[in-house]
Amino acid sequence: MNLEAIKSEIEAAVPGCRLELVVNPSPSGQHSLRIDAAHAVAVALYLRDAPGLRFDFCSNVTGIDWPGKQTTEKVKVSKLVDGIEQEVEELRTTAAPGSLEVVYHLYSIEKKHGPLVLRMSTGDRDANVHLPSLTPVWRSAELQEREIFDLFGVVFDGHPDLRRLLMWDEFQDHPMRRDYVDPDDYEYEPTAHDGVLRRASQHLSEGGGR
Amino acid sequence: MDEKLKNELSKQGIITTTLQGLYNWGRTSSLWPLNFGLACCAIEMIATTMARYDMARFGAEVFRPSPRQADLMIVAGTVTKKMAPQVVRLYNQMPEPKYVICMGACAISGGPFKQGYNVLKGIDRYIPVDLYIPGCPPRPEALLDAFMELQKRIDQQQLTGANRPRHLNADEPSEFTVPRFGAHDLEPANNPNVWKAPLVQISQTGTLQTVSPQAGTDESRSD
Repeated sequence: MNLEAIKSEIEAAVPGCRLELVVNPSPSGQHSLRIDAAHAVAVALYLRDAPGLRFDFCSNVTGIDWPGKQTTEKVKVSKLVDGIEQEVEELRTTAAPGSLEVVYHLYSIEKKHGPLVLRMSTGDRDANVHLPSLTPVWRSAELQEREIFDLFGVVFDGHPDLRRLLMWDEFQDHPMRRDYVDPDDYEYEPTAHDGVLRRASQHLSEGGGR
Repeated sequence: MDEKLKNELSKQGIITTTLQGLYNWGRTSSLWPLNFGLACCAIEMIATTMARYDMARFGAEVFRPSPRQADLMIVAGTVTKKMAPQVVRLYNQMPEPKYVICMGACAISGGPFKQGYNVLKGIDRYIPVDLYIPGCPPRPEALLDAFMELQKRIDQQQLTGANRPRHLNADEPSEFTVPRFGAHDLEPANNPNVWKAPLVQISQTGTLQTVSPQAGTDESRSD
């Protein structure tokens, strides 16, 4: 199963879609295909129904959180210092917005091939967290997309029943995001170490936290 | 009553006892556990009731599906924060006298999931627990041992006096605050009337020292 061939096949069948081959350099070589949100459902339908592909089974849906990165670099700028033009080194910080990514693993029971790894990314981690749901295409994605909605905060448009799955409805955070801070209930940690030790001593030094 | 006279009378077919002895004997011999399990510990609890371990030998084979008819709650398994209010509510709905056995590492402290975002760090944060069984999961023998220990304790309870059990003391509460679902955590995070954090000091080097309540400063912190 050649991912290049599948990519060009989809591009021919779904006009206007933007596909990107994400190469995995590890020995497993599980390369994946990044699809754009606008054409995701069309691409998914094609993957499911095309007679040569027939990806009829979505085995796994998962999420990835890519936090925003702040990179600082030294830039040489010519500046007027005391009337004389000089080359001065300046620190410049650029903030790249993070994103949330959803990964689908597809197999074909009929053709006995797979997995095909699909990726979809949101615009950022705050406002543009909408992605089209692929539950109408693969019913098995329903609970897993709910879980991603719950734990990562990706909103799946077109999902038949988008509610929190593991946490309660009143809960507001998304625990699997990397910047999630769990509640301060570190009163008693008999074998504290590493991060837990840090949180526990912080809790105790603040005189009981909450 | 004199033990010797008691023996002599029983040889003659006269049984003497005390009201307290009769009362405790009755409760000891027919504890009805509440029929619910939360995780894999429940499998061990079920195994305890089946023919091989046969909890019926101790008078506890009647697992009741209704809290109104149960007097023993075996918290068997991981209590998630989403489940905790329901567990406390079930406990509140049980009639007195009622007892709680905390089965397994998860129910005691959260166990391997202690630092998880969705697991309660021990059900004793909300309801009073009589016995803790460590293990992951505890074997049926451990549950039977805890059960017999509970029976022993019930047998020794005084009906009057300062040491009388909770359900005979009108001032002691029999219902406990059911936590609400908050925006970030359960509210309140624990019931201070039931649970106080064990006094543990964490030094900077990471070694733990347990402080006795007399020496600690925590007495002033008690609400």
